[in-house]
Amino acid sequence: MNTPTSTGAPRRRTIDIVNAGLKKRRRAERRFRLYGMTAISMGLLFLLTLFGSIISKGYTAFWQHYMLIDVTLTPADIAPDGSRDPQVLAKANYMGLVKASLREMFPEVTGRRDKRRLYKLVSSGAASEVRKRVLEDPALIGKTVGFWVPTDDEVDLLLKGRVNTQLPESQRRVKDNVVAWVETLKQQGRIQKRFNTIFFTHGDSRNPEQAGILGAVSGSFLTLLVTLLLAFPIGVAAAVYLEEFAPRNWFTDLIEVNINNLAAVPSIVFGLLGLAVFLNFFHLPRSAPLVGGLVLTLMTLPTIIIASRAALKSVPPSIKEAALGVGASPMQAIYYHVLPLAMPGMLTGTIIGMAQALGESAPLLMIGMVAFIVDVPHGVFDPATVLPVQIYLWADSPERAFVERTSAAIIVLLAFLVTMNLLAVILRRRFERRW
Amino acid sequence: METTKTEVESADFENTHVEDAVEVPPSEDRVPRDHRETIGQLRVSDPRISCTDVNVYYGDKQAIYNVSLDLGKNEILAMIGPSGCGKSTFLRCLNRMNDTIDGCRVTGTINMDGLDINSKEIDVVPLRANVGMVFQKPNPFPKSIYENIAFGPRIHGLAKHKDELDEIVETSLKRAGLWNEVKDRLEQPGTGLSGGQQQRLCIARTIAVEPEVILMDEPCSALDPISTATVEDLMMELKEHYTIAIVTHSMQQAARVSQRTAYFHLGYLIEVGETGQIFRDPRHQLTEDYITGRFG
Ligand SMILES: Nc1ncnc2c1ncn2[C@@H]1O[C@H](COP(=O)(O)OP(=O)(O)OP(=O)(O)O)[C@@H](O)[C@H]1O
Ligand SMILES: [Mg+2]
Repeated sequence: MNTPTSTGAPRRRTIDIVNAGLKKRRRAERRFRLYGMTAISMGLLFLLTLFGSIISKGYTAFWQHYMLIDVTLTPADIAPDGSRDPQVLAKANYMGLVKASLREMFPEVTGRRDKRRLYKLVSSGAASEVRKRVLEDPALIGKTVGFWVPTDDEVDLLLKGRVNTQLPESQRRVKDNVVAWVETLKQQGRIQKRFNTIFFTHGDSRNPEQAGILGAVSGSFLTLLVTLLLAFPIGVAAAVYLEEFAPRNWFTDLIEVNINNLAAVPSIVFGLLGLAVFLNFFHLPRSAPLVGGLVLTLMTLPTIIIASRAALKSVPPSIKEAALGVGASPMQAIYYHVLPLAMPGMLTGTIIGMAQALGESAPLLMIGMVAFIVDVPHGVFDPATVLPVQIYLWADSPERAFVERTSAAIIVLLAFLVTMNLLAVILRRRFERRW
Repeated sequence: METTKTEVESADFENTHVEDAVEVPPSEDRVPRDHRETIGQLRVSDPRISCTDVNVYYGDKQAIYNVSLDLGKNEILAMIGPSGCGKSTFLRCLNRMNDTIDGCRVTGTINMDGLDINSKEIDVVPLRANVGMVFQKPNPFPKSIYENIAFGPRIHGLAKHKDELDEIVETSLKRAGLWNEVKDRLEQPGTGLSGGQQQRLCIARTIAVEPEVILMDEPCSALDPISTATVEDLMMELKEHYTIAIVTHSMQQAARVSQRTAYFHLGYLIEVGETGQIFRDPRHQLTEDYITGRFG
């Protein structure tokens, strides 16, 4: 095979040439692998640092300390006229009862300042907890009942060991007598650590121990629902039209350039657009998930369209040809054969778009989704906020207990992101298995 | 253009650019190699499809030059020629598959059932249902074997019930000689079959909608002799009712199955004639070069 040709000098055999260069090739390969591994390790390191710091800061927010107080439900204080009318019962001064029970526990406390500190052992939500129970069961009136109520955020932090008691008293908010009371309560078994259900079942609040993520989660869910319902069908339809039906001319080229441009427009611009169009022109309600969803639809559409077009392009044309060849109309060929093949790519694009939308806050600030909203939204017209905005709001709050709640909210956000991406993988597998 | 094609000879006479075709040279001295106008019997008395002056351009590049050719009823027409000469391109004109290629332009008239199927007004959906095609590269759908066959009949509404559809799938696979190999795994993906099996699957898919004209682009290129014989038997059987055009690189196959053979060269239809005559006594030098293996 590699015998010397009759004319020229004896040729070197191919195998010799290959062997000579082999070392260099191997080295290049190893070097490339090393680069890749370095890059991935760096990425992992950053990720671990991020997760580590967030989780170590935030995991304590999933617990909340509760305190047992014995409240004497004196009829004279609740309903002097003996009425059991819920409206009368609801108006009673339960805070006074709670305070009385605290005074009873620590009778030695005198002086206004110390008393105020004593009352601040429990959350201001304690009174509403008592009211709720009384309204549920008016028969309790006249008895002394034990209530487990959330402790104040500062006390909670103290119990979680997040207060440095070594510092001089003047430099910390939790004073020495409070530390002593808490110690006593602990010895009496009146302190309990519980799972922080409030965090998952309440809306926002000015009091950290009363603040929950549910409002923001629900707002995010409604907003993303609107986004998904609008962006996915519109994006897929636009991509199918552009890729399969539109004639190739300067006009479609222009559209393509503009879509690519839109994908790079800063998201705040979409917020301004939403403000001008949806709020000022169409007079849609402020802070509503509907408007947030519309704005995020504008923002994610380019991503979805670009990803969907790429997915459609990657379907071998022979498949469509085969369908057309047996007499399918273009729509049938696309619907039965091209779309199913492009679907995994389209879903990936959509999920990426949705994940972006989930993490987006800037455009939503413009349309008022940054308001302080206590009620959990139940519809797309209710005022709401979203997870990233909630994180922003809490990060901005002065109370120290919001620090761990901020991190906890980030953990929740990350959990949603992971779930979404997992869902994308599962959906993709599902679609792929069918062929 | 002439409208009546009842007589082969008269049709040829009226067609100016095929006048040379009448002067058949003695078999010893062939038409010289640089002669580009089609010689031979390009019209038949009973055409199913009749092409006149078909030109195809890919962008600026012309791929087919002035091809005029009839496909007779109940006839198998073989198309032969060196690679890249435009056989597939011409075949794809007959069911408008070239529409799907960006920048591809087809001029001329292609007459079928009194209609010019190359005109813009023609609805390609019924056309392609009636003129089926087996593509050069096997292109099964990435779905189950069953779905591959059932798709065509289903979209056209050829089967009222599941039973009927099952029936169509089974007979189509049987006629393509694939049934025995796949009957136990109809639910498995068609793309998991071997190359030759995929080719037969595509044949089965095409005949499942019972088109009256079948265009086959090298349907046996990956088949063993036995499968090839099955497919050839199928073609013979289909010919009884339908019209078949087959592109093949196998001279023997062309000789075995076809009634007429067309030889293409660099986008020109060089010679058409009765198959026996083409292989025994080609009139054009290029045809002779090709069938005697002197080409290239
Ligand atoms: N999609 C296309 N775009 C541009 N040119 C094309 C395209 N398809 C075919 N051609 C050109 O048209 C000419 C004819 O191609 P065609 O596929 O018809 O050849 P063929 O006779 O079928 O060859 P083969 O026997 O190899 O299949 C070739 O020169 C080819 O380069
Ligand atoms: Mg070809």
